[in-house]
Amino acid sequence: MRWLTDHTPQLVLIPTIAVTIAYVILFSVWTLWMSVSNSTLLPDTTYAGFGEYVRLWTSRRWTVAYQNLFLFGSLYVIGSLVVGTLLAILIDQRVKFESVWRTIFLYPLAISFIVTGTVWRWIFHPQTGVELALHDLGWISARFDWITDRDFALYVVVFTGIWHASGFAMALILAGLRSVDGDLVKAAQIDGASMPRTYRRVILPTIWPIFLAVAVVLLQFAIKTYDLVVALTQGGPGVATTVPAIVVYDLMFQRGQIAQGAAAAVMILVALALVLIPYALYTGWRARQQGDHHG
Amino acid sequence: MAEAAHIEFNPLATGSRRRQLTSKTIIYLCLTGFALMYLLPVVIIFLNTLRPLDAIVREGFIAWPESVTFSHWAEAWGSFCIGGTCEGVSRFYQNSLMMAVPATILSTAIGLVNGYILSKWRFKGANFIFGVVTLGVFLPAQMTLLPWAFVLGNLGLSNTISGLVLIHTIQGLSFTTLFCRNYFINIPDDLIKAARIDGAGFWRIFRRIILPLSPPILIVTVIWQFTGIWNEFLFGTVFTSGANQPITSAIVAFSGSGTGERHYNVEAAAVLMSAIPPLIIYLVGGKYFVRGLTQGAVK
Repeated sequence: MRWLTDHTPQLVLIPTIAVTIAYVILFSVWTLWMSVSNSTLLPDTTYAGFGEYVRLWTSRRWTVAYQNLFLFGSLYVIGSLVVGTLLAILIDQRVKFESVWRTIFLYPLAISFIVTGTVWRWIFHPQTGVELALHDLGWISARFDWITDRDFALYVVVFTGIWHASGFAMALILAGLRSVDGDLVKAAQIDGASMPRTYRRVILPTIWPIFLAVAVVLLQFAIKTYDLVVALTQGGPGVATTVPAIVVYDLMFQRGQIAQGAAAAVMILVALALVLIPYALYTGWRARQQGDHHG
Repeated sequence: MAEAAHIEFNPLATGSRRRQLTSKTIIYLCLTGFALMYLLPVVIIFLNTLRPLDAIVREGFIAWPESVTFSHWAEAWGSFCIGGTCEGVSRFYQNSLMMAVPATILSTAIGLVNGYILSKWRFKGANFIFGVVTLGVFLPAQMTLLPWAFVLGNLGLSNTISGLVLIHTIQGLSFTTLFCRNYFINIPDDLIKAARIDGAGFWRIFRRIILPLSPPILIVTVIWQFTGIWNEFLFGTVFTSGANQPITSAIVAFSGSGTGERHYNVEAAAVLMSAIPPLIIYLVGGKYFVRGLTQGAVK
């Protein structure tokens, strides 16, 4: 009885933690195993080697998807950071109705990628959106068909992604701007630095860890991007806007190539690890450095 | 919060009066421009829910409504035909509620207790457990699709809302545990020690000390879980079909791959309807929404 009360915390924790551990570790191992198995339409546990990884990396669809991820990911992160910083600085100018502006810029984050993608698809599509409106205005030769153009469709996804995420960047960067030491800023002002110069030289450099944190979070979103593309372009035209997550779904559930789909899922995990592990190591290192300085 | 420590300097209070006025004008112009960019798409879609279909087909989405009717909202809600059934989105709405409410409550409640244990009753191996939980937050959904298919199949939960509740509860546990643990870690240990010396046990301390301090983190967690689960698309699409889908998946099913005549106005109404619950939560709990953001990323 005494033992029971002593160990209440562990006993309470066991069921849910067992489930979580199973979820994280067993599920990952499972998919990993599937990726080197003989599975096609149905899971099959026979070991088949790494052939599916080779086939995956030699399929054009996948290499295009990975290239798209790089282009989309970098433009999306940079774009969201730039717009977010701009919005944060604008709001930081002691504007009236601050909370109203903030609410407007951040609300896209509350609505789903599906709603975002559907809404913008209607606006970008030449049959329903801007192009048709321009025609109605009498500009018959007007063309605005990026979303159906192989070379430009990905930029539509980038634009929509930035629309969705820049408020997030703004909120975090604004919190950063507000945490900058006031004396530092005053000193710069006394030295005669202009407002843009103060931001560029003094304020923004001091909050660069926030930029890094936002970039890492956004990169993570970019790697996992799925719904937005499905709602906006369904990966098309052709494979122009295909991203890895779409390939995974297709292989697993449309084409009955479970092993290759699992291999693709593992590659998504690898991409995430390439972003998150260095960042985790870096923040750990920095925390220790700071600890040394203070202690 | 950070606001309190804000600098007392006004960057715009430098330079001549005239220059100040110009900068103010530029700032408000920029803000208004961006605000339009953020609001217009949704306003445009809203206006289209009021327009007759032939006008939309003829003029597209970007046009001023000449005649206005709210009937498409009623149709989208109750009688629009989606995938063979003509019950509108009401049914999918119900599915989403049946999924998001239990999953939110379960994952938050368990996460609260887990966070309490991992921060205040540290034991051997607690760090390992915490590490695994953290990994769970980052694990991409694609890695879990096949195992979930197997688990749901064996539990007889394929194509059910209960199956989705299970997925979202377990997937959400990592997130809620992490959030609560990071919040409770700031509660002074002395408080707990004092209570233990007074003879208070595990649950008593939870009820008397932890719970009363929890509302801020509870609100943040509930908001994030609910919006996240409501907006989730992949699991809903993979593991449910037809009349059992949650709204976010159903929307794509009927507005994405349409053959035959499109009902843009009704579809627009349905799309906006699906965004209403998260939007209300965002507008009501905005402060906590932002707090969740900042806690999650700035650490």
